[in-house]
Amino acid sequence: MAISPYLGGVGLGCLIVSFLVSLYYNTILTWVLWYLLNSFQHPLPWSACPLDLNRTGLVEECWDSSAVSYFWYRQTLNITADISDSGSVQWQLLVCLAASWAVLYLCVIRGIETTGKAIYFTALFPYLVLTIFLIRGLTLPGATEGLVYLFTPDMQVLRNPRVWLDAATQIFFSLSLAFGGHIAFASYNPPRNNCERDAVAIALVNSMTSLYASIAVFSVLGFKAANDHGRCLDGNILRLINAFDLPDQSISRDDYAAVLARLNTSRPEWAAGLHLDTCRLEDFLEKSAAGTGLAFIVFAEAVLHMPGAPGWAVLFFGMLFTLGLSSMFGNMESVITPLLDLGVMPRGVPKELLTGLACLVCFVSATCFTLQSGSYWLEIFDHYAASLNLILFAFFEVVGVIYVYGMKRFCDDIAWMTGRRPGLYWQVTWKVVSPLLLLTIFVAYISLLASTPPSYKAWNPQYEQFPSRQEKPYPGWVQAICVLLSFLPALSVPAVALVQLLARRRRKQQDVQQDVGPKLQDGGVC
Amino acid sequence: MLWLLFFLVTAIHAELCQPDGENAFKVRLSIRTALGDKAYAWDTNEEYLFKAMVAFSMRKVPNRETTEISHVLLCNVTQRVSFWFVVTDPSKTHTLPAVEIQSAIRMNRNRINNAFFLNDQTLEFLRIPSTLAPPTDPPVPIWIIIFGVIFCIVIVATMLLILSGIQQHRRKNEGPSEMEDTEDKCENTITVENGIPCDPLDMKGGHINDAFMTEDERLTPL
Repeated sequence: MAISPYLGGVGLGCLIVSFLVSLYYNTILTWVLWYLLNSFQHPLPWSACPLDLNRTGLVEECWDSSAVSYFWYRQTLNITADISDSGSVQWQLLVCLAASWAVLYLCVIRGIETTGKAIYFTALFPYLVLTIFLIRGLTLPGATEGLVYLFTPDMQVLRNPRVWLDAATQIFFSLSLAFGGHIAFASYNPPRNNCERDAVAIALVNSMTSLYASIAVFSVLGFKAANDHGRCLDGNILRLINAFDLPDQSISRDDYAAVLARLNTSRPEWAAGLHLDTCRLEDFLEKSAAGTGLAFIVFAEAVLHMPGAPGWAVLFFGMLFTLGLSSMFGNMESVITPLLDLGVMPRGVPKELLTGLACLVCFVSATCFTLQSGSYWLEIFDHYAASLNLILFAFFEVVGVIYVYGMKRFCDDIAWMTGRRPGLYWQVTWKVVSPLLLLTIFVAYISLLASTPPSYKAWNPQYEQFPSRQEKPYPGWVQAICVLLSFLPALSVPAVALVQLLARRRRKQQDVQQDVGPKLQDGGVC
Repeated sequence: MLWLLFFLVTAIHAELCQPDGENAFKVRLSIRTALGDKAYAWDTNEEYLFKAMVAFSMRKVPNRETTEISHVLLCNVTQRVSFWFVVTDPSKTHTLPAVEIQSAIRMNRNRINNAFFLNDQTLEFLRIPSTLAPPTDPPVPIWIIIFGVIFCIVIVATMLLILSGIQQHRRKNEGPSEMEDTEDKCENTITVENGIPCDPLDMKGGHINDAFMTEDERLTPL
């Protein structure tokens, strides 16, 4: 508003986007909390399949997929096979959702006063746990394969422009640009603050932390891949031994290749009839997923094989919870601070009430994610609510500050705050590079979304190729909601601009009428 | 005559116990996997113990209390260690039905496993499924207990914060009213020019477009 009231819609749009993001982000925290609460037992509940009704075997769905997937899809989410089939509210998730919103309310109850204290723990604890995981991970067998896989670039993959687009959007969202969170937190700083140093520090710390975390994660993933590869080999060796009645443990993992080659030459029809799996370490390394699949399936399974599994599970999910909580602080700040500044509530109302109401509204809205189809809806929100809008808002922010407010005035302000004018690098990037990059990403994103019809992967036990997930297109009404989510916050920019334009025009007409009428008094005396 | 009888008996035995024969079961042991260095060698004495365990299991079945060790026949012992076995009736002419042997082995599986220091996975009876152990479910799921603890802590802390906030609010309200009685009120006039307040505090270093401002901007309060 201070720059130009026509761009006030950017702030309003940021508020809407932050609200939508905090809805689904806290649901992810709910899932993490559920796993955390279930980690306090030995053996871990996702380590073994439950028995079926007459106790002769394991539950079929679990037998076909895996115990970890079964725990995630059935016992946690109780997922339906289709997004239009909503199912019922899962009470255990609802209870965990209430708990996570209660914890969040406790931390933001008085705004920055309580958040500032809570963040000491939520920001430092993940670093401690990451270090522990790094040390543990590097000592596990197979960690070096994982690290080699992380750091060797695959030229084929790098030639795909889609990968670069994903990388650009990833760094954009990782830095939480255009959410309004940075602006909200920065408004509590003293006016003469070295914002240039803060900006560089944020970018550097973010990237270093990502690198650190990826080293820890990939060493554990390498261990898991080596473990799976070993078990695949053991399964094949057992089949060989049983078929040819060789002595128990006579073929070791290293001898397996040689023995198989010998059998293939001497008795090829026997070897084919055994249905041996092909065990390649690269296949297992490439199976690492992203997002919720990485945390709840891949990593949960990796933790199972470490000695002292419940302790590692508690540490891991505790770290995820504190990480998510600190992100939620930023989101809630960017929701509550604009509401406070706009003066939505009357002055006598205490701040605790406002934050309580905000948390309550968010909690009630987020109960739709605890339905059985909730995780499909969460994917929709994740893909469509934030991405386009944030790129647009960032573009408007850069253009608004540099071109509407004026580069010279902005540099003067920064000189007043930090003591020196911003250098050539900053000026060039603000004026040219950033707007161009943002526009390119925006256009590329839209063309990508428009070219492929949106679809989702459903978990359907009746599918022929179960446990692969079934690819289904979104029904029409869901696609309409996707479009609405993508563009509604962005529409607030032209909407507010239009409202401001009309308001100014009405005020100008009123001023003209006042000038014509008799002058009753001078303006106030200064 | 005696030699003829002997050949006849062994021939019948050989016919009764055959791989994939009627009522025959295959057994597979993985001794080295289970015991590692402490693995014992599989010899005729171990076979005798196995026959004894099977005969013991059959004796527990009603109507089969007269089963002897000699009624259990083993054949096709391989290096894996795997072999086939059948249980014959006292006349040694035909084998006992598979269903009876299955139920007898299932009942006494634990005793048989323990006799050889093995478990269900390392002493396999093919075609005889083992009853899986029921999972130990605590009466109250553990996650609910921990959830209750955390939730109570959060509620208590929230109540404390809200109460302390209300107390601070009340103290602030009482404070200024006392000052008003004792001192003169200092009129704090905000000078106004053209409807725009002249803000004496130049705390905002930036240049705000005053032509656009119609309400006073304040810093975000703590």
